[in-house]
Amino acid sequence: MKILKHIVFVLLIFVAFQSCNSDKKSKENITEVYQCPMQCEGDNTYSEKGSCPVCKMDLALVENNSKLAEDDRISEESIFNLTSTWHNEEGEAIQLKDLKGKTLVMVMIYTSCKAACPRLVADMRNIESQIPDEKIKNIQFIMVSIDPETDTPEKLKAFAKENFMDDAHWTFLQGSESGVREFANVLSVKYKEISPIDFSHSNIISVFNPQGELKHQQEGLGVDNKETISAIMEVTP
Amino acid sequence: MKNHAFRILIVLLVLQPLLFAQSKGMVSIKGSRYIPLYGRDATVVEVKDFEMDMYPVTNADYVNFVKRYPKWQKSKGIKLFVDGSYLTNWKNDLELKDSEKPNSPVTYVSWFAAKDYCECQGKRLPTVDEWEYVAMADETTKDARVKPSYNEQILAWYEAPRSNENKIGMNPKNAWGVYDLHGLVWEWTLDFNSVLITGESRKDVDKDSSLFCGSASVNATDLMNYAAFMRYAIRGSLKAKYSMKNLGFRCVKDINKLK
Repeated sequence: MKILKHIVFVLLIFVAFQSCNSDKKSKENITEVYQCPMQCEGDNTYSEKGSCPVCKMDLALVENNSKLAEDDRISEESIFNLTSTWHNEEGEAIQLKDLKGKTLVMVMIYTSCKAACPRLVADMRNIESQIPDEKIKNIQFIMVSIDPETDTPEKLKAFAKENFMDDAHWTFLQGSESGVREFANVLSVKYKEISPIDFSHSNIISVFNPQGELKHQQEGLGVDNKETISAIMEVTP
Repeated sequence: MKNHAFRILIVLLVLQPLLFAQSKGMVSIKGSRYIPLYGRDATVVEVKDFEMDMYPVTNADYVNFVKRYPKWQKSKGIKLFVDGSYLTNWKNDLELKDSEKPNSPVTYVSWFAAKDYCECQGKRLPTVDEWEYVAMADETTKDARVKPSYNEQILAWYEAPRSNENKIGMNPKNAWGVYDLHGLVWEWTLDFNSVLITGESRKDVDKDSSLFCGSASVNATDLMNYAAFMRYAIRGSLKAKYSMKNLGFRCVKDINKLK
């Protein structure tokens, strides 16, 4: 009997090693909610399709978004579905979903960059300076490194200090090579290592709402920040 | 007691092939340095030794995959990772439409899905450089790019309609023993987003910015390699959640010498 236990144990170990860990990000426990499109009964919702008892119209599927703020659910479009692990400039390991609840303004850079990145960083600071103080605490400005090999947390911390971006609302992230590639693809950012210290990359600043859904992208350098700022103001509580 | 030990041994023997048989259906590729159409600054890139799937992933393979990983089933793929045409040639979550063949290459898959497929087999997608490296072989030569027949053959395929409906392995294998790199479907690569182009909206930086305009073709190393131009152009135009009728994938694996 004891041996049998051993066998089961060995089997479990094998299964544990073999199973693919990326199963976690499934979107279970998203239940569908229906509501009368005319809202005859106010906020009353149904869990099944049907028609409204008052106006007889077909019930419509309620967008998940409206419910999101209240609970832990994330929508299909949320970047919090990504399960890669990152390190911030303080060396703490985090996942993107740990950033949930604040508006995220994100840009991909690398600190040894001499050409476009300083201007991108300037654009970010410019945006930040135009946000009223009472909103800042609900916003996180995030610089994601496309050169995780060089940009260690220490390097990022030094860069943050050097550029006066060491306040709590600035975050610098170092990922794994595949995590960065995946994240860039979510942002439609293209990049290529053109020599050991140089990258070519798209200049895109992205705004996410507190649920991690992409709301706005600003492309190019030194462009007018007005739209980006109004997008940020719109999604920030 | 001895009997039990024997049983454990049997169990282990049964399990062992599961763990180490991953290289089945793959061929090893000896790495080297070569000049791709679009390389780095120094133009020569280095490819390390790796193993590559002999065939593209088939519909049948993908059916097995979605059975094991339901989150990639047609109705369950989330919007962050797939677009509306994901597996559009499937009848439902587990079955292809009747018109589709099990041994045709799987298409209508996004980069995220392809990447996860490979990772779940302990593999990964090939890089652009790796893919191009193996794809420059014809049936007899490992770098056949100088032969006029090499380009003609590939371009003839680009002209042939609906080749994605063909079965895998119908084209002759190349000098490495890999089938269907040309002649069947386009294939996802791990770093397809390293191809920097200027579309009408993406404003990229400095010299790599335009891939198509006259200025950019000066950067390309081989102006006669139209077929490669087209592949890079496709890569440059893709987004990771796109799925296309003639875009499939295959996986590769690093050769881990320590094992």
